[in-house]
Amino acid sequence: MLNKKKNFIDKIPNWGWLLISLATAIVLWFFLSIGEKTGRCFPFADKVFDALKTVVEREILWADIKSSMISVLLGFALGFITSVPVAFLMAWYRPVRYIVEPWIQFIRNIPPLAYVPLVVIGAGVGRLPQVIVIWLATFLTMTITIYQGVRNVDETLIKAARVLGAKDKDLFVKVIFPATTPFILTAVRLGASVALTTLIAAESTGAFAGLGMRIRSFNNSYEVEPMLLYIILIGIIGITIEKIIKFLEKKLTGWQETRNV
Amino acid sequence: MDARNVKVKIDHVEKIYDGRQGKMIALNGVDLDIYENEFICVVGPSGCGKSTLLNIIAGLLEPTSGSVYVDGKEVKGTGTERGVVFQQYALFPWLTVKKNVMFGLKLKGMPEAEAEELAMKYIKMVQLEDFVDAYPKELSGGMKQRVAIARAYAVQPEVLLMDEPFGALDAQTRTQLQAELIQTWQEEKKTCFFITHDVEEAIILGTKVIVMSARPGRIKTIVDINLPYPRTQDLKMSKEFLDLKAQIWGEVYQEYLEDRR
Repeated sequence: MLNKKKNFIDKIPNWGWLLISLATAIVLWFFLSIGEKTGRCFPFADKVFDALKTVVEREILWADIKSSMISVLLGFALGFITSVPVAFLMAWYRPVRYIVEPWIQFIRNIPPLAYVPLVVIGAGVGRLPQVIVIWLATFLTMTITIYQGVRNVDETLIKAARVLGAKDKDLFVKVIFPATTPFILTAVRLGASVALTTLIAAESTGAFAGLGMRIRSFNNSYEVEPMLLYIILIGIIGITIEKIIKFLEKKLTGWQETRNV
Repeated sequence: MDARNVKVKIDHVEKIYDGRQGKMIALNGVDLDIYENEFICVVGPSGCGKSTLLNIIAGLLEPTSGSVYVDGKEVKGTGTERGVVFQQYALFPWLTVKKNVMFGLKLKGMPEAEAEELAMKYIKMVQLEDFVDAYPKELSGGMKQRVAIARAYAVQPEVLLMDEPFGALDAQTRTQLQAELIQTWQEEKKTCFFITHDVEEAIILGTKVIVMSARPGRIKTIVDINLPYPRTQDLKMSKEFLDLKAQIWGEVYQEYLEDRR
């Protein structure tokens, strides 16, 4: 019996399981949508699809996606550009590490939503506070990940390169950089995910458009269907970005011994 | 004996580590002349400073006092006339076998085609021509160490320093690599400095075996090994071999006991 079950599990390919998972979710969704209380917050797919048509007609969908993506991209790019040098400085210079690391650990544990009002007071409303909030959140996550990567560079690889004639410049370009690449890519993946999860907080800074801002606005007008649609959209965007980065990781760092992060 | 050139002169080398638990004398005045084409094997209990000595000759560590001279020139930092093979292989995991072997050649500024040709010669020497495009993760421990040996030879050092290179390998692989190493050494005469904790390995390989004493590290005894090359495994049954083994093992064991006291 047990053997037979195992065969049945192995026989279905991965994409088959994905379909089954999706179908099960839709069935669950259906049951939630017919419940008296759950139905209020889980309108079924047909109604959500109608909402899609509405938001396209109202010409807000693309504007929202565009606005959110610009904030995410700018915040993430700033976070990346700043985290790389800070991470390397922390790894190489102990005073920098001793001073900066506690700050990062401290701020990292504060939910971004908590300091959003402060950012608005300082930076006003509009694009700037959104970018600042996403920048801060991605910077913290990526700095820690890259820093650990640089510190994890195998000492003997540096020794091996030096005895083969590598100078300081060669060490950086030919050893430390490639050895850190897997961690940088992991940092990019975690950073992208943090950027998206911070989006809602970032857009509570009085944004004029955006997926997170729109969800709040739908909340005020009690429009549940488009709200659910937007939530699903954020999920789809998130998983797409993650898949793209994972693909890049596989392409660029396939040389690694198997590792799970 | 004196007619031969002194290749490496270790002149009263001392190394003191200034740790948090106070000063630790790792090497206490080591004097040694290594002649050209000699194969020196160093044995001694762990903590006798044999790795420290190797790192000082390699230029990866600076002595607290004293100097090392290669061909009469004082060692300052690493240099490609001294190659190193590490116990942990230290292959660059993001480079293929061929690119690993080419690493030092390209640092020398050798043109790609020439570097490739020379790398192939040494890859053939260690019999890995079927694995030129493999990444280190696809290789066994023995194969990895062969690549590391090829990589060290490719830059054509005059002195080859090996820090327990076969220590992590199983007995069979170790025996085979020992035979290959002797053959290579006979073909490409180089001065070798080989650290091991395996007394049999030291006798099979070396023209001289040096026994070091523990804490503080000093040279205790130098034993000339006048057994003819090529030395096969059958030699291990001979009376000369067993006598040498008993003598050297006794010296090492005495140090081990003293260190425990």
